[in-house]
Amino acid sequence: MELLAFGKTGWGDELFYATLMTIAVSITAMLVGFFFALIFTPLKLSKYKTLNLVGNFYTTVIRGVPELLVIYLFFFGGSGAIMYVASIFGYYEYIEINAFITGSMAIGIISGAYSTEVFRGAIQSIDKGQFEAAKVLGINKFGQFYKIILPQMLRLAIPNLSNVWQITLKDTSLISVTGLVEIMRQSYIAAGSTRDPLFFYSFAAVLYLLLTYVSMKLINKLEARYSRGH
Amino acid sequence: MDLDLMITSFPKLLGATVVTLKLLSASLFFGLFLGLFFAILRLNKNIFINKFAYGYSYIFRGTPLLVQIFIIYFGLGQIEYLRTTFLWVILKEPYWCAIIAFTLNTGAYTSEILRSAFQTIKPGIIEAGKSLGISNKIIFYKIQIPIAIRQSLPAYGNEIILMMKGTSLASTVTLMDLTGVAKYIISTTFKPIEVFIVAGGIYLFMTFIIHNVIKYLEKKYSFQQ
Repeated sequence: MELLAFGKTGWGDELFYATLMTIAVSITAMLVGFFFALIFTPLKLSKYKTLNLVGNFYTTVIRGVPELLVIYLFFFGGSGAIMYVASIFGYYEYIEINAFITGSMAIGIISGAYSTEVFRGAIQSIDKGQFEAAKVLGINKFGQFYKIILPQMLRLAIPNLSNVWQITLKDTSLISVTGLVEIMRQSYIAAGSTRDPLFFYSFAAVLYLLLTYVSMKLINKLEARYSRGH
Repeated sequence: MDLDLMITSFPKLLGATVVTLKLLSASLFFGLFLGLFFAILRLNKNIFINKFAYGYSYIFRGTPLLVQIFIIYFGLGQIEYLRTTFLWVILKEPYWCAIIAFTLNTGAYTSEILRSAFQTIKPGIIEAGKSLGISNKIIFYKIQIPIAIRQSLPAYGNEIILMMKGTSLASTVTLMDLTGVAKYIISTTFKPIEVFIVAGGIYLFMTFIIHNVIKYLEKKYSFQQ
Protein backbone atom coordinates (compact mmCIF):
# COMPACT_ATOMS: atom_id res chain seq x y z
CA MET A 1 0.00 0.00 0.00
CA GLU A 2 2.89 2.37 0.71
CA LEU A 3 3.72 2.23 -2.97
CA LEU A 4 0.53 4.17 -3.55
CA ALA A 5 1.18 6.82 -0.89
CA PHE A 6 0.74 10.42 -1.93
CA GLY A 7 3.76 12.68 -1.83
CA LYS A 8 7.39 11.89 -2.45
CA THR A 9 7.45 8.37 -1.02
CA GLY A 10 4.76 6.77 -3.16
CA TRP A 11 3.20 6.86 -6.59
CA GLY A 12 -0.32 7.78 -5.51
CA ASP A 13 -0.33 11.41 -6.61
CA GLU A 14 1.52 10.64 -9.84
CA LEU A 15 -1.04 7.99 -10.74
CA PHE A 16 -3.87 10.31 -9.77
CA TYR A 17 -2.65 13.01 -12.16
CA ALA A 18 -2.03 10.36 -14.80
CA THR A 19 -5.66 9.28 -14.46
CA LEU A 20 -6.77 12.88 -14.94
CA MET A 21 -4.56 13.00 -18.04
CA THR A 22 -6.21 9.86 -19.41
CA ILE A 23 -9.63 11.42 -18.86
CA ALA A 24 -8.52 14.69 -20.48
CA VAL A 25 -7.10 12.93 -23.54
CA SER A 26 -10.21 10.75 -23.88
CA ILE A 27 -12.58 13.71 -23.73
CA THR A 28 -10.48 15.79 -26.14
CA ALA A 29 -10.22 12.84 -28.53
CA MET A 30 -13.96 12.23 -28.32
CA LEU A 31 -14.65 15.90 -29.16
CA VAL A 32 -12.14 15.83 -32.03
CA GLY A 33 -13.95 12.69 -33.16
CA PHE A 34 -17.33 14.47 -33.09
CA PHE A 35 -15.83 17.22 -35.18
CA PHE A 36 -14.69 14.70 -37.79
CA ALA A 37 -18.02 12.89 -37.61
CA LEU A 38 -19.79 16.18 -38.25
CA ILE A 39 -17.80 16.55 -41.47
CA PHE A 40 -17.88 12.96 -42.68
CA THR A 41 -21.43 11.89 -41.77
CA PRO A 42 -23.01 14.30 -44.31
CA LEU A 43 -20.46 13.10 -46.88
CA LYS A 44 -21.47 9.48 -46.34
CA LEU A 45 -25.16 10.36 -46.60
CA SER A 46 -24.72 12.66 -49.59
CA LYS A 47 -26.35 11.78 -52.89
CA TYR A 48 -23.12 12.55 -54.75
CA LYS A 49 -21.01 9.45 -55.40
CA THR A 50 -17.67 11.27 -55.10
CA LEU A 51 -18.54 12.63 -51.65
CA ASN A 52 -19.68 9.15 -50.61
CA LEU A 53 -16.35 7.82 -51.74
CA VAL A 54 -14.44 10.32 -49.59
CA GLY A 55 -16.56 9.48 -46.55
CA ASN A 56 -16.22 5.73 -47.06
CA PHE A 57 -12.49 6.05 -47.62
CA TYR A 58 -12.06 7.72 -44.23
CA THR A 59 -14.10 5.20 -42.23
CA THR A 60 -12.76 2.15 -44.05
CA VAL A 61 -9.09 3.08 -43.77
CA ILE A 62 -9.24 4.14 -40.14
CA ARG A 63 -11.27 1.15 -39.03
CA GLY A 64 -9.11 -1.29 -41.01
CA VAL A 65 -5.67 -0.12 -39.86
CA PRO A 66 -4.34 -0.71 -36.32
CA GLU A 67 -4.60 2.23 -33.93
CA LEU A 68 -0.92 1.93 -33.09
CA LEU A 69 0.07 2.47 -36.73
CA VAL A 70 -2.07 5.64 -36.89
CA ILE A 71 -0.43 6.88 -33.70
CA TYR A 72 3.06 6.23 -35.13
CA LEU A 73 2.06 8.15 -38.27
CA PHE A 74 1.06 11.14 -36.16
CA PHE A 75 3.96 10.83 -33.77
CA PHE A 76 6.66 10.68 -36.44
CA GLY A 77 4.85 12.63 -39.14
CA GLY A 78 2.95 15.25 -37.14
CA SER A 79 5.58 17.93 -36.74
CA GLY A 80 6.87 17.29 -40.26
CA ALA A 81 3.42 17.96 -41.70
CA ILE A 82 2.95 21.13 -39.63
CA MET A 83 6.40 22.37 -40.63
CA TYR A 84 5.60 21.73 -44.28
CA VAL A 85 2.42 23.80 -44.01
CA ALA A 86 4.32 26.50 -42.12
CA SER A 87 7.03 26.58 -44.79
CA ILE A 88 4.39 27.50 -47.37
CA PHE A 89 3.69 30.59 -45.29
CA GLY A 90 7.40 31.33 -45.06
CA TYR A 91 8.13 29.99 -41.58
CA TYR A 92 11.16 27.69 -41.51
CA GLU A 93 11.93 27.24 -37.80
CA TYR A 94 11.59 23.83 -36.14
CA ILE A 95 8.12 23.27 -34.73
CA GLU A 96 7.46 20.65 -32.10
CA ILE A 97 3.91 19.68 -31.23
CA ASN A 98 3.42 18.32 -27.75
CA ALA A 99 2.40 14.75 -27.07
CA PHE A 100 -1.04 15.73 -25.80
CA ILE A 101 -2.06 17.32 -29.09
CA THR A 102 -0.51 14.55 -31.23
CA GLY A 103 -2.17 11.90 -29.09
CA SER A 104 -5.63 13.39 -28.94
CA MET A 105 -5.55 14.13 -32.67
CA ALA A 106 -4.58 10.54 -33.49
CA ILE A 107 -7.12 8.98 -31.13
CA GLY A 108 -9.68 11.60 -32.19
CA ILE A 109 -9.41 10.66 -35.84
CA ILE A 110 -9.88 6.99 -34.92
CA SER A 111 -12.81 7.74 -32.64
CA GLY A 112 -14.28 9.98 -35.36
CA ALA A 113 -14.49 7.08 -37.77
CA TYR A 114 -16.55 5.09 -35.28
CA SER A 115 -18.71 8.12 -34.41
CA THR A 116 -19.38 8.72 -38.10
CA GLU A 117 -20.74 5.19 -38.45
CA VAL A 118 -22.91 5.67 -35.37
CA PHE A 119 -24.35 8.99 -36.56
CA ARG A 120 -24.96 7.62 -40.03
CA GLY A 121 -26.87 4.66 -38.61
CA ALA A 122 -28.87 6.90 -36.28
CA ILE A 123 -29.87 9.36 -39.00
CA GLN A 124 -30.82 6.55 -41.36
CA SER A 125 -33.10 4.99 -38.76
CA ILE A 126 -35.10 8.20 -38.29
CA ASP A 127 -38.45 7.91 -40.01
CA LYS A 128 -38.58 9.62 -43.42
CA GLY A 129 -41.86 11.26 -42.38
CA GLN A 130 -39.98 13.42 -39.88
CA PHE A 131 -37.89 15.01 -42.62
CA GLU A 132 -40.96 15.51 -44.81
CA ALA A 133 -43.09 16.92 -41.98
CA ALA A 134 -40.36 19.41 -41.12
CA LYS A 135 -40.16 20.46 -44.76
CA VAL A 136 -43.95 20.80 -45.05
CA LEU A 137 -44.06 23.02 -41.96
CA GLY A 138 -41.67 25.37 -43.74
CA ILE A 139 -38.85 24.99 -41.26
CA ASN A 140 -35.54 26.01 -42.80
CA LYS A 141 -32.71 23.51 -43.33
CA PHE A 142 -30.85 24.64 -40.22
CA GLY A 143 -33.92 24.28 -38.01
CA GLN A 144 -34.76 20.94 -39.60
CA PHE A 145 -31.43 19.53 -38.59
CA TYR A 146 -30.95 21.10 -35.16
CA LYS A 147 -34.52 21.09 -33.85
CA ILE A 148 -36.03 18.00 -35.44
CA ILE A 149 -33.37 15.52 -36.52
CA LEU A 150 -30.58 16.06 -33.98
CA PRO A 151 -32.67 15.52 -30.79
CA GLN A 152 -34.12 12.32 -32.20
CA MET A 153 -30.79 11.19 -33.52
CA LEU A 154 -29.07 11.68 -30.16
CA ARG A 155 -31.48 9.34 -28.42
CA LEU A 156 -30.75 6.62 -30.96
CA ALA A 157 -27.02 7.32 -31.01
CA ILE A 158 -26.25 7.40 -27.27
CA PRO A 159 -26.07 3.62 -26.66
CA ASN A 160 -23.64 3.19 -29.57
CA LEU A 161 -21.72 6.33 -28.67
CA SER A 162 -21.12 4.83 -25.25
CA ASN A 163 -19.35 1.97 -27.04
CA VAL A 164 -17.27 4.51 -28.97
CA TRP A 165 -16.39 6.20 -25.67
CA GLN A 166 -15.24 2.87 -24.22
CA ILE A 167 -13.09 2.18 -27.27
CA THR A 168 -11.63 5.70 -27.14
CA LEU A 169 -10.88 5.43 -23.44
CA LYS A 170 -9.04 2.16 -23.94
CA ASP A 171 -7.23 3.43 -27.03
CA THR A 172 -5.68 6.27 -25.02
CA SER A 173 -3.45 3.65 -23.37
CA LEU A 174 -1.64 3.39 -26.73
CA ILE A 175 -0.55 7.03 -26.56
CA SER A 176 1.88 5.95 -23.86
CA VAL A 177 4.26 4.94 -26.68
CA THR A 178 4.66 8.63 -27.52
CA GLY A 179 5.71 9.48 -23.97
CA LEU A 180 2.59 11.28 -22.79
CA VAL A 181 2.29 10.57 -19.08
CA GLU A 182 -1.12 8.98 -18.73
CA ILE A 183 -2.05 5.89 -16.70
CA MET A 184 -0.09 3.44 -18.82
CA ARG A 185 3.06 5.55 -19.11
CA GLN A 186 3.02 6.41 -15.40
CA SER A 187 2.65 2.72 -14.51
CA TYR A 188 5.56 1.94 -16.83
CA ILE A 189 7.73 4.52 -15.07
CA ALA A 190 6.65 3.35 -11.62
CA ALA A 191 7.13 -0.31 -12.54
CA GLY A 192 10.61 0.44 -13.85
CA SER A 193 11.79 2.33 -10.80
CA THR A 194 10.30 0.02 -8.14
CA ARG A 195 10.79 -3.25 -10.07
CA ASP A 196 7.22 -4.15 -9.26
CA PRO A 197 5.51 -4.34 -12.66
CA LEU A 198 2.86 -6.85 -11.56
CA PHE A 199 1.49 -4.48 -8.94
CA PHE A 200 1.54 -1.33 -11.05
CA TYR A 201 0.11 -2.83 -14.22
CA SER A 202 -2.62 -4.55 -12.21
CA PHE A 203 -3.35 -1.24 -10.55
CA ALA A 204 -3.52 0.39 -13.98
CA ALA A 205 -6.05 -2.28 -14.99
CA VAL A 206 -8.10 -1.42 -11.89
CA LEU A 207 -8.00 2.29 -12.78
CA TYR A 208 -9.22 1.56 -16.31
CA LEU A 209 -11.99 -0.68 -14.96
CA LEU A 210 -13.01 2.09 -12.59
CA LEU A 211 -13.09 4.62 -15.42
CA THR A 212 -15.19 2.38 -17.67
CA TYR A 213 -17.52 1.51 -14.79
CA VAL A 214 -18.13 5.11 -13.72
CA SER A 215 -18.56 6.36 -17.27
CA MET A 216 -21.07 3.58 -17.99
CA LYS A 217 -23.14 4.70 -15.00
CA LEU A 218 -23.07 8.32 -16.18
CA ILE A 219 -23.96 7.37 -19.75
CA ASN A 220 -26.88 5.26 -18.54
CA LYS A 221 -28.25 8.35 -16.77
CA LEU A 222 -27.82 10.40 -19.92
CA GLU A 223 -29.56 7.69 -21.90
CA ALA A 224 -32.51 7.69 -19.51
CA ARG A 225 -32.72 11.47 -19.85
CA TYR A 226 -32.82 11.41 -23.62
CA SER A 227 -35.35 8.58 -23.75
CA ARG A 228 -37.97 10.43 -21.73
CA GLY A 229 -41.30 9.79 -23.32
CA HIS A 230 -40.23 6.58 -25.01
CA MET B 1 6.83 10.77 -51.96
CA ASP B 2 9.72 8.36 -51.84
CA LEU B 3 8.64 5.56 -54.15
CA ASP B 4 11.96 3.72 -53.81
CA LEU B 5 11.49 3.41 -50.07
CA MET B 6 7.97 2.09 -50.58
CA ILE B 7 9.25 -0.55 -52.99
CA THR B 8 12.21 -1.62 -50.87
CA SER B 9 10.21 -1.73 -47.63
CA PHE B 10 7.39 -3.78 -49.14
CA PRO B 11 9.13 -7.21 -48.97
CA LYS B 12 10.29 -6.50 -45.39
CA LEU B 13 6.78 -5.59 -44.35
CA LEU B 14 5.37 -8.60 -46.16
CA GLY B 15 7.74 -10.84 -44.22
CA ALA B 16 6.53 -9.28 -40.98
CA THR B 17 2.94 -9.92 -42.05
CA VAL B 18 3.65 -13.63 -41.57
CA VAL B 19 4.32 -12.95 -37.87
CA THR B 20 1.07 -10.96 -37.64
CA LEU B 21 -0.88 -13.77 -39.27
CA LYS B 22 0.68 -16.38 -37.01
CA LEU B 23 -0.22 -14.37 -33.91
CA LEU B 24 -3.72 -13.80 -35.23
CA SER B 25 -4.48 -17.39 -36.16
CA ALA B 26 -3.07 -18.83 -32.93
CA SER B 27 -4.99 -16.44 -30.72
CA LEU B 28 -8.21 -16.87 -32.68
CA PHE B 29 -7.90 -20.65 -32.52
CA PHE B 30 -7.37 -20.80 -28.75
CA GLY B 31 -9.71 -17.84 -28.18
CA LEU B 32 -12.61 -19.57 -29.88
CA PHE B 33 -12.39 -22.54 -27.52
CA LEU B 34 -11.96 -20.29 -24.50
CA GLY B 35 -14.90 -18.16 -25.64
CA LEU B 36 -17.10 -21.20 -26.16
CA PHE B 37 -16.13 -22.53 -22.73
CA PHE B 38 -17.00 -19.26 -20.99
CA ALA B 39 -20.19 -18.80 -23.01
CA ILE B 40 -21.36 -22.19 -21.72
CA LEU B 41 -20.45 -21.14 -18.18
CA ARG B 42 -22.46 -17.95 -18.65
CA LEU B 43 -25.53 -20.03 -19.47
CA ASN B 44 -25.05 -22.10 -16.32
CA LYS B 45 -27.78 -21.65 -13.71
CA ASN B 46 -25.31 -21.76 -10.81
CA ILE B 47 -24.86 -18.13 -9.80
CA PHE B 48 -21.18 -18.50 -8.83
CA ILE B 49 -20.16 -20.08 -12.10
CA ASN B 50 -22.25 -17.53 -13.93
CA LYS B 51 -20.74 -14.58 -12.06
CA PHE B 52 -17.22 -15.95 -12.53
CA ALA B 53 -17.67 -16.10 -16.30
CA TYR B 54 -19.22 -12.61 -16.29
CA GLY B 55 -16.33 -11.27 -14.21
CA TYR B 56 -13.82 -12.70 -16.69
CA SER B 57 -15.43 -11.07 -19.68
CA TYR B 58 -16.03 -7.80 -17.79
CA ILE B 59 -12.41 -7.44 -16.75
CA PHE B 60 -10.94 -8.30 -20.13
CA ARG B 61 -13.37 -6.10 -22.02
CA GLY B 62 -13.05 -3.22 -19.60
CA THR B 63 -9.26 -2.86 -19.67
CA PRO B 64 -6.99 -2.00 -22.59
CA LEU B 65 -5.27 -4.88 -24.34
CA LEU B 66 -1.94 -3.13 -23.74
CA VAL B 67 -2.38 -3.45 -19.97
CA GLN B 68 -3.16 -7.14 -20.35
CA ILE B 69 -0.02 -7.79 -22.40
CA PHE B 70 2.14 -5.85 -19.96
CA ILE B 71 0.75 -7.71 -16.95
CA ILE B 72 1.48 -11.04 -18.59
CA TYR B 73 4.85 -10.17 -20.11
CA PHE B 74 6.38 -7.91 -17.44
CA GLY B 75 4.21 -8.77 -14.44
CA LEU B 76 4.07 -12.55 -14.28
CA GLY B 77 7.83 -12.92 -14.54
CA GLN B 78 8.07 -11.20 -11.20
CA ILE B 79 6.47 -14.10 -9.35
CA GLU B 80 9.42 -16.20 -8.17
CA TYR B 81 7.40 -19.39 -7.98
CA LEU B 82 6.42 -19.22 -11.65
CA ARG B 83 10.05 -19.10 -12.66
CA THR B 84 10.61 -22.56 -11.21
CA THR B 85 7.72 -24.25 -12.98
CA PHE B 86 7.55 -25.45 -16.57
CA LEU B 87 5.27 -22.48 -17.32
CA TRP B 88 8.36 -20.30 -17.35
CA VAL B 89 9.47 -21.85 -20.62
CA ILE B 90 6.37 -20.30 -22.16
CA LEU B 91 6.19 -17.08 -20.16
CA LYS B 92 9.71 -15.94 -20.88
CA GLU B 93 8.99 -15.80 -24.60
CA PRO B 94 7.33 -12.54 -25.71
CA TYR B 95 5.75 -14.47 -28.56
CA TRP B 96 3.80 -16.77 -26.25
CA CYS B 97 2.99 -13.97 -23.81
CA ALA B 98 1.42 -12.03 -26.65
CA ILE B 99 -0.57 -15.07 -27.74
CA ILE B 100 -1.78 -15.69 -24.17
CA ALA B 101 -2.89 -12.06 -23.81
CA PHE B 102 -4.62 -12.02 -27.21
CA THR B 103 -6.30 -15.36 -26.49
CA LEU B 104 -7.67 -14.17 -23.14
CA ASN B 105 -8.82 -10.91 -24.72
CA THR B 106 -10.52 -12.37 -27.77
CA GLY B 107 -11.93 -15.17 -25.58
CA ALA B 108 -13.78 -12.57 -23.50
CA TYR B 109 -15.33 -10.91 -26.56
CA THR B 110 -16.08 -14.25 -28.20
CA SER B 111 -17.83 -15.51 -25.08
CA GLU B 112 -20.16 -12.48 -25.20
CA ILE B 113 -20.86 -13.00 -28.88
CA LEU B 114 -21.59 -16.71 -28.43
CA ARG B 115 -23.66 -16.16 -25.29
CA SER B 116 -26.00 -13.76 -27.06
CA ALA B 117 -26.15 -16.19 -30.00
CA PHE B 118 -27.16 -19.04 -27.68
CA GLN B 119 -29.78 -16.86 -26.06
CA THR B 120 -31.39 -15.95 -29.36
CA ILE B 121 -31.98 -19.59 -30.30
CA LYS B 122 -35.72 -20.08 -30.24
CA PRO B 123 -36.85 -22.46 -27.44
CA GLY B 124 -39.08 -24.19 -29.99
CA ILE B 125 -36.04 -25.61 -31.76
CA ILE B 126 -34.72 -27.19 -28.57
CA GLU B 127 -38.21 -28.45 -27.68
CA ALA B 128 -38.54 -29.97 -31.12
CA GLY B 129 -35.28 -31.81 -30.54
CA LYS B 130 -36.45 -33.03 -27.15
CA SER B 131 -39.78 -34.26 -28.46
CA LEU B 132 -37.90 -36.26 -31.10
CA GLY B 133 -36.21 -38.05 -28.23
CA ILE B 134 -32.74 -36.64 -28.88
CA SER B 135 -30.54 -36.53 -25.80
CA ASN B 136 -29.60 -33.17 -24.25
CA LYS B 137 -25.97 -33.63 -25.14
CA ILE B 138 -26.68 -34.22 -28.80
CA ILE B 139 -29.17 -31.34 -28.87
CA PHE B 140 -26.39 -29.12 -27.59
CA TYR B 141 -23.65 -30.30 -29.96
CA LYS B 142 -25.71 -30.93 -33.08
CA ILE B 143 -28.43 -28.28 -32.81
CA GLN B 144 -27.50 -25.44 -30.50
CA ILE B 145 -23.82 -25.03 -31.40
CA PRO B 146 -24.29 -24.99 -35.21
CA ILE B 147 -27.13 -22.48 -34.92
CA ALA B 148 -25.15 -20.32 -32.49
CA ILE B 149 -22.15 -20.30 -34.82
CA ARG B 150 -24.27 -19.16 -37.72
CA GLN B 151 -25.98 -16.49 -35.60
CA SER B 152 -22.70 -15.10 -34.39
CA LEU B 153 -20.87 -14.99 -37.73
CA PRO B 154 -21.32 -11.25 -38.45
CA ALA B 155 -20.26 -10.22 -34.93
CA TYR B 156 -17.41 -12.71 -34.94
CA GLY B 157 -16.20 -11.33 -38.25
CA ASN B 158 -15.88 -7.93 -36.61
CA GLU B 159 -14.03 -9.52 -33.72
CA ILE B 160 -11.53 -11.12 -36.12
CA ILE B 161 -10.81 -7.72 -37.67
CA LEU B 162 -10.49 -6.09 -34.23
CA MET B 163 -8.13 -8.87 -33.18
CA MET B 164 -6.05 -8.42 -36.32
CA LYS B 165 -5.63 -4.78 -35.36
CA GLY B 166 -4.94 -5.87 -31.79
CA THR B 167 -1.96 -7.99 -32.83
CA SER B 168 -0.15 -4.73 -33.62
CA LEU B 169 0.38 -4.39 -29.87
CA ALA B 170 2.78 -7.32 -30.03
CA SER B 171 5.30 -4.76 -31.24
CA THR B 172 5.33 -3.23 -27.74
CA VAL B 173 6.84 -6.42 -26.31
CA THR B 174 9.73 -6.54 -28.79
CA LEU B 175 8.02 -8.72 -31.40
CA MET B 176 8.67 -7.69 -34.99
CA ASP B 177 5.22 -7.98 -36.47
CA LEU B 178 3.90 -5.79 -39.28
CA THR B 179 3.51 -2.72 -37.04
CA GLY B 180 6.82 -3.41 -35.31
CA VAL B 181 8.75 -3.49 -38.59
CA ALA B 182 6.81 -0.46 -39.88
CA LYS B 183 7.79 1.47 -36.77
CA TYR B 184 11.42 0.39 -37.18
CA ILE B 185 11.52 1.57 -40.80
CA ILE B 186 9.80 4.85 -39.89
CA SER B 187 12.21 5.58 -37.06
CA THR B 188 15.28 4.85 -39.21
CA THR B 189 14.18 6.70 -42.36
CA PHE B 190 11.82 9.36 -40.93
CA LYS B 191 9.41 8.80 -43.80
CA PRO B 192 6.20 8.01 -41.88
CA ILE B 193 3.72 8.63 -44.69
CA GLU B 194 5.31 6.26 -47.23
CA VAL B 195 5.62 3.44 -44.70
CA PHE B 196 2.12 4.06 -43.40
CA ILE B 197 0.70 3.72 -46.91
CA VAL B 198 2.45 0.37 -47.51
CA ALA B 199 1.82 -1.13 -44.03
CA GLY B 200 -1.71 0.28 -43.87
CA GLY B 201 -2.36 -1.11 -47.32
CA ILE B 202 -1.36 -4.60 -46.20
CA TYR B 203 -3.64 -4.33 -43.16
CA LEU B 204 -6.51 -3.08 -45.30
CA PHE B 205 -5.99 -5.94 -47.72
CA MET B 206 -6.24 -8.43 -44.86
CA THR B 207 -9.38 -6.69 -43.56
CA PHE B 208 -10.84 -6.92 -47.05
CA ILE B 209 -10.13 -10.67 -47.27
CA ILE B 210 -11.54 -11.41 -43.80
CA HIS B 211 -14.63 -9.32 -44.52
CA ASN B 212 -15.34 -11.20 -47.73
CA VAL B 213 -14.69 -14.66 -46.30
CA ILE B 214 -17.15 -13.95 -43.49
CA LYS B 215 -19.69 -12.62 -45.98
CA TYR B 216 -19.30 -15.80 -48.03
CA LEU B 217 -19.74 -17.99 -44.94
CA GLU B 218 -22.80 -16.04 -43.86
CA LYS B 219 -24.36 -16.63 -47.23
CA LYS B 220 -23.40 -20.29 -47.23
CA TYR B 221 -24.85 -21.00 -43.81
CA SER B 222 -27.93 -18.80 -43.99
CA PHE B 223 -31.40 -20.29 -43.93
CA GLN B 224 -32.51 -21.55 -47.31
CA GLN B 225 -35.57 -19.49 -48.03
